[in-house]
Amino acid sequence: MPFGTYKEVMALKAKDAKITGVTQDGGVVTALLCYAMDKGIIDGALVAGKGDMPWLPKPMIATTKEEIIAAAGTKYTISPVISVVKDAAREYGLDKIAVVGTPCQMYAIRKMQLYPFGGRHIPDKIALTIGIFCTENFSYAGLKTIIEDHCKVPVESVTKMEIGGGKFKVKGGGKEVAIPIKETHKYEQESCHVCSDLTAEFADIGTGSIGTPDGWSTVFTRSTKGKDLLAKAMADGLFEKKSMDEFKSPTTPPAPGKKPIKTGLDLLEQMDKQKKEKAQKTFDERKALGLFVTPEIVY
Amino acid sequence: MGLFDKIKSIFGAQPKTAAPEKKAPESAGKKEVAPVKKSEEVKVTKPKVAYVHLSGCTGCLVSLADTYEKLLDILGAVDMVYNLTLADARTLPEGKFDIAIVEGGVCLQDEESVQLIKETREKAGLVVAYGGCAATGNVLNFCRGGQANQPQHESFVPINRLVKVDAYLPGCPPAPELIYNFCIAAVTGDTEYLKPFMAGEAGGYHCGCDLNTKIIENALCMGCGTCAASCPTRAIEMVYGRPSFNNIRCLKCGACYAACPRSFLPVNKIKGMLV
Repeated sequence: MPFGTYKEVMALKAKDAKITGVTQDGGVVTALLCYAMDKGIIDGALVAGKGDMPWLPKPMIATTKEEIIAAAGTKYTISPVISVVKDAAREYGLDKIAVVGTPCQMYAIRKMQLYPFGGRHIPDKIALTIGIFCTENFSYAGLKTIIEDHCKVPVESVTKMEIGGGKFKVKGGGKEVAIPIKETHKYEQESCHVCSDLTAEFADIGTGSIGTPDGWSTVFTRSTKGKDLLAKAMADGLFEKKSMDEFKSPTTPPAPGKKPIKTGLDLLEQMDKQKKEKAQKTFDERKALGLFVTPEIVY
Repeated sequence: MGLFDKIKSIFGAQPKTAAPEKKAPESAGKKEVAPVKKSEEVKVTKPKVAYVHLSGCTGCLVSLADTYEKLLDILGAVDMVYNLTLADARTLPEGKFDIAIVEGGVCLQDEESVQLIKETREKAGLVVAYGGCAATGNVLNFCRGGQANQPQHESFVPINRLVKVDAYLPGCPPAPELIYNFCIAAVTGDTEYLKPFMAGEAGGYHCGCDLNTKIIENALCMGCGTCAASCPTRAIEMVYGRPSFNNIRCLKCGACYAACPRSFLPVNKIKGMLV
């Protein structure tokens, strides 16, 4: 089933300009975390903060709204966010932890809740999980190569990067560069190719830019917890909301020789399908080579 | 013995007869536990459990007790027939019992320990290697003898070196919640949950190197950091999105590999969490 199980799907945009000014798309993650913090639903959040090198994220335990906002925006390299979950529970003494991460990190935290081999007193302290859509990730060196060698932008000057419309786009050094996403494929980390989860199917809330125009986010609520939180936030007027139907693919037939244009959930479904097919293919190839592949990774 | 037939059927053995499902103790509503399967009239027979303490630090038992009020669920669900630390009986009971939870490794120079684990295997329906020392050897891997007050004691092995083991719970110690989930799954016959513990490779020598040899070398590591959080000695640090492992600190408990979402992924169970 595309997108996994979910309760609702919608397009959202945070109303607070302070938030949308710094976030990647609709500011859904940042606004929800700040809201949950205000309401005492969470007392801390594991986020991708700023690291020691430009655009190298560092997993961070945010306990204030300022820290959450400071960590806004997508970083296109690995932030091992689960690595700090024990610190949050044991050293920071947090009882209601929110975890923000990629789909693979969502199933990592879920597995830790179910099978906490070394996760002493962690399972019941996970109050909220927000998963971010992910097609694949890059190693830091890979990302740097893309930015500096392919885009010719010094990495320390970069103010924002994004992936969309088949392009990898970088803003920085007084210019805006876009390269075909194809050029970046070889820098993808290989482990992403067995992953069949694009839309964070195991998170309470899954969100990302695919399927909605700039400045908006596509949002899935997957658990009662996620649905209730979002309903409360909506009632308190945190978000502008649109139905996904507004972003449907055009019904006009494509120009001769062109593929039909897909937008909205059609686009997301197509990409989700591609990711799942690729995962299955990679799984089979590796099996044929006699390698160990996580059973059930393709589900 | 319906439970054991069921569990053993995981290994391909034939269950003798279709036995009625056992019902869980009042644990509904606790989210770590998979929902108990509905069944009509069920007879609750408490499994007889012996807690066998070999060469270990009792930390695993402390972890069991660290389930707070849930300890009562566990103790209420079983009939504890032998537990040197918590109960009066000084020797294993006569005749068969259902489950042996074994903490600690076996010292080969200590005849009594060797005998005890053999006797445990003979009497127990299921032998569970509970915690690093019993399951993987853990810190006992570093023993070399020559220490007071038993300098001759030098060889300490995980219990599967001497007897067949049915389930392994790695970790130093395994988290209380893991033990709770395991016990409830064992009592309710939730074989799906138990399966990962019963994989043969879960026992025996483990090391932080597993992350390199089994995960990274198979191009499976995506840098989530679960291993680093699971390590009891902070031997693992995430560097540029991959575990960087400090061999000197590693206890060989096996928690990191077991916790890794790419070693096994309980997809069905995770789906069940999304309510």
